[in-house]
Amino acid sequence: MSEFQPKIVAFVCNWCTYAGADLTGTSRIKYSPNVRIVRFPCTGRIDYMLLTKAFASGADGIIVSGCHPNDCHYTSGNFYARRRWIVFKKLCDFMGIDTRRIVFSWVSAAEGSKWADIVNTTNEEIIKLGPYDSYHKLSTQDILE
Amino acid sequence: MARIGVFICHCGENISATVDCPKVSEVAAKFPGVAYSVDYKYMCSDPGQSLVVNAIKEHKLTGIVVSACSPRMHEPTFRRACAEAGLNPYLCEMANIREHCSWVHEKGDRTDQKAIDVVRMMVEKVKRNNALMSIKVPVTKTALVIGGGVAGIQAALDIANAGHKVVMVEREPSIGGHMSQLSETFPTLDCSQCILTPRMVEVAQNPNITLYTYAEVESVEGFVGNFNVKIRKKAKSIDETLCNGCGMCTTKCPQKKIPNEFELGMGNRPAIYVPFPQAVPNVPVIDRLNCTYYKNGKCKICEKFCQPKAIRFDQEDEIIEVAVGAISICTGFDVKKTDFFPEYGYGKHKDIIDGLQFERMASASGPTLGAIRRPSDGAEPKKIVFVACAGSRDPAKGIEYCSKICCMYTAKHAILYKHKVHDGTAYIFYMDIRAAGKNYDEFTRRAIEEDNAQYIRGRVSSIYERDGKLIVIGTDTLMNHETVEIEADMVVLATAGVANQGAEELAQKLHVSYDQHRFFSEAHPKLKPVETNTAGIYLAGACQSPKDIPESVAAASGVAGKISCLFSSSELTREPLIAFVDRIAAPDYSSCTGCFLCQPVCPYNAIEKEDIKDRAGNLIKSLAYINPGLCQGCGTCVAICKSKSIDIDGYTNQQMYSEVDALLNS
Repeated sequence: MSEFQPKIVAFVCNWCTYAGADLTGTSRIKYSPNVRIVRFPCTGRIDYMLLTKAFASGADGIIVSGCHPNDCHYTSGNFYARRRWIVFKKLCDFMGIDTRRIVFSWVSAAEGSKWADIVNTTNEEIIKLGPYDSYHKLSTQDILE
Repeated sequence: MARIGVFICHCGENISATVDCPKVSEVAAKFPGVAYSVDYKYMCSDPGQSLVVNAIKEHKLTGIVVSACSPRMHEPTFRRACAEAGLNPYLCEMANIREHCSWVHEKGDRTDQKAIDVVRMMVEKVKRNNALMSIKVPVTKTALVIGGGVAGIQAALDIANAGHKVVMVEREPSIGGHMSQLSETFPTLDCSQCILTPRMVEVAQNPNITLYTYAEVESVEGFVGNFNVKIRKKAKSIDETLCNGCGMCTTKCPQKKIPNEFELGMGNRPAIYVPFPQAVPNVPVIDRLNCTYYKNGKCKICEKFCQPKAIRFDQEDEIIEVAVGAISICTGFDVKKTDFFPEYGYGKHKDIIDGLQFERMASASGPTLGAIRRPSDGAEPKKIVFVACAGSRDPAKGIEYCSKICCMYTAKHAILYKHKVHDGTAYIFYMDIRAAGKNYDEFTRRAIEEDNAQYIRGRVSSIYERDGKLIVIGTDTLMNHETVEIEADMVVLATAGVANQGAEELAQKLHVSYDQHRFFSEAHPKLKPVETNTAGIYLAGACQSPKDIPESVAAASGVAGKISCLFSSSELTREPLIAFVDRIAAPDYSSCTGCFLCQPVCPYNAIEKEDIKDRAGNLIKSLAYINPGLCQGCGTCVAICKSKSIDIDGYTNQQMYSEVDALLNS
């Protein structure tokens, strides 16, 4: 099982978490290379269909992260992201998507070490859960049946 | 057919020490659509950029991916290189393999794989980039200054002297702020009002400055260069154009016992009043909560005595709309009141006052005309205790920060006290003496050496009353932590400087952020100390954090410089990465169904309703329309749109989905 290296996709906002991950770099704090960062202008832009798309395309875990509440560069985008996450989580439960594989967090532009922590803990967590084969192998045919 | 160029930067050894750059370049060359791939030591250097420019021309590239540092660092550099080569600058993307890869991972196959994945993902994205034109917006060359304290006055005068119009809004009936309340200023002991009031008069007389006192900002809409501000001018009950400031009304008003806010409750004022004699403008206001006429419907004595007939009892609040290009927040600070401290008697002892009250007492124009007197019985205090850090640097009180000005003004208070009460003794309980600043340390030394201030390093645990005296119990940490008990006549608490009342509300109106202590946040603590995260809105003075006068003035001049730069051209260039609603041919016109779910989520009110009509003027369909001048490109509307009719340039649905696809289907 230790051979398993999960694929983790991180959907982050440009102003806080992307900058926070930049700070992790400038501070040379090491973290797992299993994560791939996708940059958005704001967490409010993140269409949660992208999350299901990511799972369908082979992701084992997903991180969504933006500015702390009240710190959004666009004032309120992160609040909409949070609301949508609450609803989406219920939908996931209904559809049988494992919500343990989705980590929702706030990382500010000053929290370089927090970003490294989140990636590392998510990585360990996903390694424990194993590959998300039950979703990856799901074909349209299965759904129709 | 896309012809994408990939440029892998070694960044000296910053990237190449961890990531195998030639290998990444080799693999990238085989990605579909990649026409050219190369690695180079320093892509951002002059030869590196020429390499990019030449490759674009030679290989007729339709888009480039520069795989190097964070786009927050060098995206503008490579966009310029594209423009130089004749390629639209928005056909450039950066793959971050330094901050997000080489600096945070160990050397190895997995790190190389990550770099390759990141490049592939950006190649897929850039194939779907649209050529965009930057947006030009006009600039209204008028600045709004909120707050008329020393910072606001400085900012307004500097901007006005640069030749631009300024609108100043002040909440109180007069400008001047806290500085007008001070007696003398450290470290020179020059009289605060003597240096401030000429500046206040200058504001009133400057033809470029429009001053609204007794007014507050009601709402702010728009964006840098084009803000629309509504100002609520509260009813003064006076016709300002007629009032000549004779002051007859204030002397005749029968209400005389209203606690005076300017004197911090240590003096009284009538219901129709000017806050202090040097007030600018010198126009009284009627305090409607305390005026006999407004309470009982009878009185109007002021009206009887007003010769120019300027009293207007039926005046109403006025909403004034102004168009401005930039905003400076100079709303200042407040001090914690003595009732904040249970250990010091919750403010119930009359002879325990705060630092600002002591300032009024020491001021020649104050309630005691400059004499130091116990508020309880008017006696001259022979023993006075100053408590520094009252509230500040105390996590238990929720104020972890240092209020910065208290060490200096406490030393000043001790000096002023000694100058006025020659046979008195001043004790100062302190944690540390923080006197960093030009001539500041010399000033505190002067308090100790010349004016014999007794500095005791320790905290005061409690103060209680005994036989008309205040017993101050403290500790002296430099004397084996011995308990010190002082029978004092008066105590002055150097209470913490805190954010002004209404700071959060203003922050929300302006869309700027604030910290956990409700002080406004600067865009960058070191390199952008006077900017906020919202373009065109700036900060000066103690609304940002506790600041002394020279710092506030310096910040205000900084803001004026920034605003003058902004006003130096008549047009601003903005990034075109904004949202748009799709358009198709008739009879559908758009896939937008007109549900307008997008409207309430837009933080900038940028989404409007657009009616499609036929030639006869009959309504065919109502669509969402995004005002490109207002949209800031957050994309919240894109995610909420049920019919997927809204998209955002730079982060289109196609781009994002293909990024995810490229990442995982390797």
